[in-house]
Amino acid sequence: MLGNALREAIRSLGRNALRSFLTVLGIVIGVGAVIAMVTLGRGATQAVSDQISSLGSNIVFLRPARGFGPGQSIIPFKVEDAQALAREVPGVVWSTPVSLRTLTVVAGNQSWSTTVVGAGEGYLEARRWEIVRGRGFLPSELRAGVAVCIIGQTVARELFGADDPIGQRMRVDKFSCEIIGLLDAKGQSAMGNDQDDIALIPLRTFQRRISGSTDVDSIQLSLADGVDNERVLQDIRLVLRERRHLSANMEDNFRLVDSKEIERTLTSTTRMLTTLLGAVAGISLLVGGIGIMNIMLVSVTERTREIGIRLAIGARAADVMLQFLVEAVVLSFLGGTIGIILALTFSFVAAQKLAFPFSPDYGIVVIAALFSGAIGIVFGFFPARRAARLDPIEALRHE
Amino acid sequence: MTEPGRQGTPLIQLRGVERVYGQGDARVVALGGIDLDVWPGEFVALMGPSGSGKSTTMNILGCLDTPTRGSYRLGDLEVTELDGDGRALLRRYTLGFVFQGFHLLPRVTAQENVELPLVYQGVPTHERRLRARESLAQVGLSGREHHVPSELSGGQQQRVAIARAIVSQPKVLLADEPTGNLDSARSHEIMALLTRFNRERHLTIVMVTHEPDIAAYARRVVHFRDGHIERIEESS
Repeated sequence: MLGNALREAIRSLGRNALRSFLTVLGIVIGVGAVIAMVTLGRGATQAVSDQISSLGSNIVFLRPARGFGPGQSIIPFKVEDAQALAREVPGVVWSTPVSLRTLTVVAGNQSWSTTVVGAGEGYLEARRWEIVRGRGFLPSELRAGVAVCIIGQTVARELFGADDPIGQRMRVDKFSCEIIGLLDAKGQSAMGNDQDDIALIPLRTFQRRISGSTDVDSIQLSLADGVDNERVLQDIRLVLRERRHLSANMEDNFRLVDSKEIERTLTSTTRMLTTLLGAVAGISLLVGGIGIMNIMLVSVTERTREIGIRLAIGARAADVMLQFLVEAVVLSFLGGTIGIILALTFSFVAAQKLAFPFSPDYGIVVIAALFSGAIGIVFGFFPARRAARLDPIEALRHE
Repeated sequence: MTEPGRQGTPLIQLRGVERVYGQGDARVVALGGIDLDVWPGEFVALMGPSGSGKSTTMNILGCLDTPTRGSYRLGDLEVTELDGDGRALLRRYTLGFVFQGFHLLPRVTAQENVELPLVYQGVPTHERRLRARESLAQVGLSGREHHVPSELSGGQQQRVAIARAIVSQPKVLLADEPTGNLDSARSHEIMALLTRFNRERHLTIVMVTHEPDIAAYARRVVHFRDGHIERIEESS
């Protein structure tokens, strides 16, 4: 019986192919939007966490900040602060002081504005950044503040094009340095800036030639895998408070950000956006369902005589009801399936364009398909019941 | 050929059947308490002017309508005690209908129209095909299986309807003005067909008509007037 009802439903929908298509358009858009949102949302979340782990896993940034209350000024960090943290806090693998400034670098007749970073010992290790050509800083170079530099891919491309930059000279601000290394490509950061647009020089060189003081802008720490982050962060705070002579009743005059926290914030933002867009898609599903109900009511009226004939030759009310319910379910399920196909195609293309990973959630796809079928049952019920309750004599007389 | 006997129990037994529509001032008595027996293998015609109650009787016999009062026995079932599904099953297995307006599904082939009652009976596809084809052959429509109703003449459409009515091998065929939409020649062809099924298969037929020459095919003619049976005419 169900098989027959299914066959008849498909035939009867096929007879009104254009109308059927327009009817399911709401469902197509609704289901399509849900799947596209979820798929792209997941891709975005994954892209964000990929980019954050490209910073190096489990990184903590320290920055001086204004303490709470009047008359407080920003007290910068010193190289010794970084050294003390590495020494005194267990779980800290690398602690490297960092200063940076945006400066123009020049080689030959090419110039380029980039971020010049004064890197202390362990900077590359903390960020898990490899050198693809040349070499890193020697300990003696870091101590002596020699004029050498390591450049990122973007800087290399802008200044030297396809030429090998190793061994060439580049002018940074007012001094000239020798390029000894080329960094591996890192791509865009989670915030969307180009991580390869960078030039590294020894921190001491930076202090002598650029900033003219022994202050450092920030400290980057990398923590050992599997340590209790909360505890390590607490220890870092305590050591810094002591070094910065803060009494118990004073606020921290520095800020501490760890990459896990950034990751959490970004993922929860993406997730919230996904949920919101999903809700909008849900509303369009509702509208689609009402469209189906509308056209099913029209169909019941149009086919009143057919219903009368079926009742006369022995259909029970339940048989008529089943016939119209199946038709509504086929209609909405079809819409759902078209929606899924369109959404997956669209998200695949969009993921490629936005350089997200394409990661469909097949659980959601199955749920959406079942849900669209359920919409057919819910919104087909009322028209089907109306058909089933027709009086056979009246129905047969209907023109 | 055995003469359909009036011995034994009637197949159809109406006792004091009333049908009243509306209430209060709008109350209309369509049937004012009729008694009627139809024996197995009979061919009965119901006649009368419009509003005389013949169509109401037909609808009650066809389990499409229920009496307000009275008893309707079909075989050994008291129809008035059945619910909607019970009546639907009687229509499915025991009764066959032929209507004035043919009432075929418009966009479906003759073959599929004839198969439809068997679909509701749950007959497997293959058997359904064979029986529908055989049924169409018996009404002289072999070779027209794949025509849709609009490609067939009125007489042919009515024959498809007869094929549909007999394919489920019902006990009673109910024909509501089966020749009302047909010209005289077609009408007599259809009546010849019905008479043949009545004679050869002992198919019990109850037919509503207002044409005396059509009613003449029946062995018994029941005349209605104002919701009552006026007289019953027997032909030899």
